[in-house]
Amino acid sequence: MMLTTSVRRCAGALSAAAAALLLSAGPAAADTATPSPSPSESLAPVTTAGSSFLTATAVQPGQPVQLAGSTGDYLYWSFTAEAGQTDKIAITVTLPPAASRHGASSWAVDVFDGLRRRQACTAGAQTPTAAAGAASVTLGCTLRQVRAWAEPWSGDPLPGTYYVRLAVTTLPEQDLGLPMQVAMQITAHDSDDIQPEGGELKASLTQPVAAGTVMTSAPPVAAEEEKDTGWSWDWLPDLSTRWAWTAIGGAIAAVTGVAGYRLTRHPRRRIPEPDGFYRPSGDAQGEHGPRDRVLRG
Amino acid sequence: MIIRRRPAAALLGMLAALSLFGAPPAHADETTPKEPPKVELVLDISGSMRARDIEGHSRISVLQQSFNDVLDAMPAEAQVGIRVLGATYPGNVKAVGCKDTQQLVPIGPIDKLEAKTAVATLRPTGFTPVGLALRAAAQDLGTGETTRRIVLITDGEDTCAPPDPCEVARELAAQGTHLVVDTLGLTLNDKVRRQLTCIASATGGTYTAVTSKTQLTNRINQLVDRAATTYTQTPAQVDGTDNCKGAPMLSPGAYTDREQFQEHRWYQVPVRDGQELRASVSVSLDRALNRDYGVLLRAVSQDGRELVRGTDAGSGRTDVLSTGLRWSAEQNAPDQTVCLVVSNSFSSPTATTAATPGMPLELTVGVVDSSPAPNGPDLGRGWGLLGLLALAGLVGGLLFGWLARWRVAIWRAN
Repeated sequence: MMLTTSVRRCAGALSAAAAALLLSAGPAAADTATPSPSPSESLAPVTTAGSSFLTATAVQPGQPVQLAGSTGDYLYWSFTAEAGQTDKIAITVTLPPAASRHGASSWAVDVFDGLRRRQACTAGAQTPTAAAGAASVTLGCTLRQVRAWAEPWSGDPLPGTYYVRLAVTTLPEQDLGLPMQVAMQITAHDSDDIQPEGGELKASLTQPVAAGTVMTSAPPVAAEEEKDTGWSWDWLPDLSTRWAWTAIGGAIAAVTGVAGYRLTRHPRRRIPEPDGFYRPSGDAQGEHGPRDRVLRG
Repeated sequence: MIIRRRPAAALLGMLAALSLFGAPPAHADETTPKEPPKVELVLDISGSMRARDIEGHSRISVLQQSFNDVLDAMPAEAQVGIRVLGATYPGNVKAVGCKDTQQLVPIGPIDKLEAKTAVATLRPTGFTPVGLALRAAAQDLGTGETTRRIVLITDGEDTCAPPDPCEVARELAAQGTHLVVDTLGLTLNDKVRRQLTCIASATGGTYTAVTSKTQLTNRINQLVDRAATTYTQTPAQVDGTDNCKGAPMLSPGAYTDREQFQEHRWYQVPVRDGQELRASVSVSLDRALNRDYGVLLRAVSQDGRELVRGTDAGSGRTDVLSTGLRWSAEQNAPDQTVCLVVSNSFSSPTATTAATPGMPLELTVGVVDSSPAPNGPDLGRGWGLLGLLALAGLVGGLLFGWLARWRVAIWRAN
């Protein structure tokens, strides 16, 4: 009877701890989709596209893009992605009237990172072919999740600028320059589960667009800065959900520790006995050991 | 009730990240250009413009009506000029007709009424000296820091070659004056299209086949806007050398150069301890090439050791082929100058495809703080961790309990 009460109390503490945990984000619950704001929400549609990397039109995830172009145009847009983000690009090209076309055409959406390195698509029709009679063609590309840090030698997706290029890759030569309509939308899916944990890119992957200058000689090395030897908090891990997990885990460990300790006591001993703890002194040092006492008590 | 809530920590981190990332590149440099972007519209007023084949109207009338709309929509600060070709000489002497090009409206803030009148009074007349008109337009636009745009609207192939307009376009592009020619064809003629697409691709411009008045109006508006909004910065001209010694020393920024087939172009970038080198390169395919091609960017140390490479290859129709690389020295390495070498595997399908000037090459260089590898996490996370800690606590409590009982028993026994 006493034992069940204590177990219940223990379980109560445990469930309280679990509830507290759920209030913070568990890793299973960490993946929260933030659907991009709908077009009506303050994001004006973009009606332009650049014609090269340097002139790419900046687009925000969720911002609709609608424009008229000519088949054969190379259309460039750029957007900014953050660590943990997974971006999805959806493009619909309304083709010129079938009567004015001479055959099938292949289209391609290419995505490049800030260093103009080709990025892989994990899903989506990246290079579809439109039949000669098709009215439109749909392209899509889902990128890999953006990592917080990667070795310089790797091609992993990193926070920074991304470029989207839409172009026709094969078509009958006579079909060049005909009018087409392009609709594009980028959707971003954010996640708290950022890999690798604790990784940080000091500068996002965005190349300068301003004209550079050719130096005549290597610039002089700046004087070495005095290293600050004062007190710092650098040794502390970054603020993250790990703090909550570890702290709550410690609390649970304490509760189960106490529970385990109490399990080793006899149930009867857990409440003060009405006739008192103290026994005749001879009892303690007599032939009756504690075990006997417990059995009798 | 369970409330899923994004922890404040993550939100704070995201806010910090947002401020770090800054604006996208198109807005990365908010400095106002030293001069406004300039556009020249080159109109073909040759005799063939009389043909009535755009929605039942004559080409010239479609052009004139569309021009009224374009001029109405044009921003006041636009620096636009108009040049005509084949507008004055009605005779048959080719030598004279092929010199027939005049600047109708000089480049500058446009007087809309005057320009409308000037365009409205044009009558289709003479030859089509496209090459000469392009050269003259390039001269009108002059040289400067911003990109110049020529919008060529024509209905006929050049009847005055030589000079071949496509050769002229490539030659103008190679002069380093940042000239882009967008072409609009008022006819679906095969020869015209081939010529105009050649001119467009030689200068990184676009080609449009005009099939209606609305399309023409929208397209010209789009091209004028593009000139005004996107061409605020042009890369600096640089000449790479054929080996690392004596290669130009580059600071962070964007550069252009030209590279011929199979050529290697070297550059140098100083990288200090604790810095990361970032470089990207794009080679434009501005002429007819063999189907398969590739580009290779390598970072090489001064003693010839390869540090890292970026590569991309492709086949078929495309505008540029690009690649990039990142590199940072190991911790506490001495400062060094890294050589960058750009090479390509482009080839020409015929011996006649001009090898010179080389293909346009765009190089961007960035030197930023290097990002050290993250340490393993010091704290734990997840249900497994909680189970482990709970188990550890339980075992610890039991041990302590038994230990205490045992101790009491010993103490009592004594």
